[in-house]
Amino acid sequence: MEALKNNLREYGMLMSLIAIMAFFQVMTDGTLMQPLNLTNLILQNSYIVIMALGMLLVIVAGHIDLSVGSVVGFIGALAAVLMVQHGWHFVPATLVCLVCGGVIGAAQGWFVAFMKIPSFIVTLAGMLVFKGLSLALLQGQSVGPFPDTFQLLSSGFIPDVFEGERLRVASLLIGLALAVGLTWLKVRERAQQAAHGMASEPLLFFAGKNLVFVGLIVLFAYLLSTYKGLPNVLIIMALLMALFDFVTQRTVIGRRLYALGGNEKAARLSGIKTDRLSFWTFVNMGVLAALAGLVFAARLNTATPKAGLGFELDVIAACFIGGASASGGVGKVLGAVIGAFIMGVMNNGMSILGIGIDYQQVIKGLVLLAAVFVDVYNKKKG
Amino acid sequence: MTTILEMRGITKQFPGVKALDNVHLRVQAGEIHAVVGENGAGKSTLMKVLSGVYPHGSYSGEIVFDGQPRAFSGIADSEHLGIIIIHQELALVPLLSIAENIFLGNEPARHGVIDWQACHTRTRALLDKVGLAESPTTLIDDLGVGKQQLVEIAKALSKEVKLLILDEPTASLNETDSDALLNLLLDLQRQGIACILISHKLNEIAKVADAVTVLRDGATVHSLECRDAPVSEDVIIRHMVGREMADRYPRRTPDIGETVFEVRDWTVHHPLHADRQVVKGVGLTARRGEIVGIAGLMGAGRTELAMSVFGRSYGQRIRGQVLVRGQPVDVSTIQKAIDHGIAYVTEDRKGYGLVLEHGIDHNITLAHLPGVSRHGVIDAGREFTVANEYRRALGIRCSDVHQTVGHLSGGNQQKVVLSKWLFSQPQVLILDEPTRGIDVGAKFEIYSLMAGLAAEGRCIVMISSEMPELLGMCDRIYVMNEGRFVAEFTAAEASQEKIMRSIVSAVSPGVR
Repeated sequence: MEALKNNLREYGMLMSLIAIMAFFQVMTDGTLMQPLNLTNLILQNSYIVIMALGMLLVIVAGHIDLSVGSVVGFIGALAAVLMVQHGWHFVPATLVCLVCGGVIGAAQGWFVAFMKIPSFIVTLAGMLVFKGLSLALLQGQSVGPFPDTFQLLSSGFIPDVFEGERLRVASLLIGLALAVGLTWLKVRERAQQAAHGMASEPLLFFAGKNLVFVGLIVLFAYLLSTYKGLPNVLIIMALLMALFDFVTQRTVIGRRLYALGGNEKAARLSGIKTDRLSFWTFVNMGVLAALAGLVFAARLNTATPKAGLGFELDVIAACFIGGASASGGVGKVLGAVIGAFIMGVMNNGMSILGIGIDYQQVIKGLVLLAAVFVDVYNKKKG
Repeated sequence: MTTILEMRGITKQFPGVKALDNVHLRVQAGEIHAVVGENGAGKSTLMKVLSGVYPHGSYSGEIVFDGQPRAFSGIADSEHLGIIIIHQELALVPLLSIAENIFLGNEPARHGVIDWQACHTRTRALLDKVGLAESPTTLIDDLGVGKQQLVEIAKALSKEVKLLILDEPTASLNETDSDALLNLLLDLQRQGIACILISHKLNEIAKVADAVTVLRDGATVHSLECRDAPVSEDVIIRHMVGREMADRYPRRTPDIGETVFEVRDWTVHHPLHADRQVVKGVGLTARRGEIVGIAGLMGAGRTELAMSVFGRSYGQRIRGQVLVRGQPVDVSTIQKAIDHGIAYVTEDRKGYGLVLEHGIDHNITLAHLPGVSRHGVIDAGREFTVANEYRRALGIRCSDVHQTVGHLSGGNQQKVVLSKWLFSQPQVLILDEPTRGIDVGAKFEIYSLMAGLAAEGRCIVMISSEMPELLGMCDRIYVMNEGRFVAEFTAAEASQEKIMRSIVSAVSPGVR
């Protein structure tokens, strides 16, 4: 019972996502989970998810970054200028864009971390600056199309070496491998817990939980495989998710980041170089925003002056829906990813249902408020 | 002579502690009445009862003011009758002008529109009264602390004050400003305003007070007149500290070795006011297995000394040398200080010691994460084992080590902070008010722990405002006042009277 309660808190978000998906699946007569739509869902939300990873770190550190939407637009514009107008190969252009994102993050991070200017103000300024710069870079025009090789970033799929007719076997195998790998990690973790005498959940519960996870992964992999297979960008996302989850939950850097956000003074008095840590979270955010900018530009196949408009709000909302605390120190990477998908599924589902953009906004706003309210309410009660 | 205020049998209970126990205070009209006592004796609580911060009904006892029993339900009630309290931390808004501050919440206005003309004229009159030659439009931020104090008094006068309460008004003033302030009090007295003066400085009390009430452990121990026959400081000191020392400390036989830790000529300036010295050329030694105490009142510079030594986490323009085992060491960052085996356990565990929303295990390993990780990856099992070791060793009472520290009691929280620093393997432990806000039983556990650590050969520097605990635990005690060490006693020599005397008699040379 105890285990169930703990897990309910931990997996509450995931269950909400599943419930929301089930709801729209029924309401749209099965359109939501159709392989084509599922693929679109991933492609549509990939750049939000990528940025949510960085934003979660920023929020955990006790800051905020309002500039990411503008940075997405600016980097997209930069990529277009380099590749379309100057004819660069996509590899150096991509690298330059990522470095540029890092420099943008470093510039903002320097003001926040070392000059102690509130991140809200610094990044609000950044939002205006980069929105303006992308306009200037594109001279108000849309620039495109991108080279085919670059487009593969967003529109490409894992090539199928088995050349399956109806089923992309390679993609399905990757999904199966992922499921097996995750199970193996979980079993190993459980063995280690037992070795150190740590309390762990009952065996039956553990087995059941992992069975559900494995089932879900295989189901999604299968669904995607019946269409075009796993999108390239999903692989990038999955790798980044794994990396960031590992860094935040298992490494010294991650632990220090949470301590910084939880109580900066205590963290500093424990020997943590809090300024430097804040600085690097912004650099990281800048690089991820640049990556998201590339993904978005590749998906649209043009760079437009309006690209990235309002993305920061979706990204920040994803983190808060996913359980991050506005005062810092609390929040998980996977929570933010789930938060991003909750928003994404709702966008997608409501569009299929034909709900106007007006009420979509209202509903999304209310969901954000409700999610945070439930969090705060539970905390007060607990 | 009429009595303007009488507080009878005031008892104020907080969860777990009796802050005031049957306290009596009687103030005559037009007198300056000093209230003295150690930190934690209940002075501030008493004044909060009087001013209505603790409303009627939350305490027992009776307040008679101006001949009538009063039941204040808030500060507004007591201010309405002319009881004005000026707190130690001034309640002025730094970025508003003098005039705006004086009339804050009491603005001369018609239909909500402020009459600035009247406001400034009246401010000028009030400033004349307190002898402050500043324009009413000057910002508070641009004034020194002494002048700010005068603005507070002017603000009190704007409300037709009958009884003025000053909580350690001269604590942060230099001697010239202090004198000016005391003279102003005498002036006000001649105009018939009574005054309660809370102070640690017995020379000031001797200068202005007509009567003295001594509080100790939340009870009135003595009330004496000193208008005609001055009371000697000895008498007051004896009343302030005269308590029995029961067997509240673990027995220990100190085994003291060579000098491990030394601080030489340590000078620190205030982080904002660069010209203000907070620590002035202090030198300190601590030896293996020794518990060294630093006594002093709040604001003496003890925490500032400790924090500046610990990786310059306080102050600026820091000068001086730190030696560990005879070797000068670089303590310019906290990480370096930790690496040299120095640990500082803060006096403010919630603000500076713990990440309250995180678990016990995560808090314990925070200062020494390399101890539970390899190649930057934390070994959760090892961390769990370490946390459990400290849980057992220090007797941290919790359901398991993942429990959030915010939900623990004060004593258990303190044990978590101590565990954190013990895990960093320090040679020198600086404990700042290690038993503040924890109950008697937990205190004994902390004391036993300190004794155990000293016996292991570590050296401990303990900062405390509770003199009995210093006398009960320390092998040697430094006395700090106004940024200097003014005395040093061995355990055998030290007594509460001697310490208190060296604090109150220390005049700061060079201020004039």
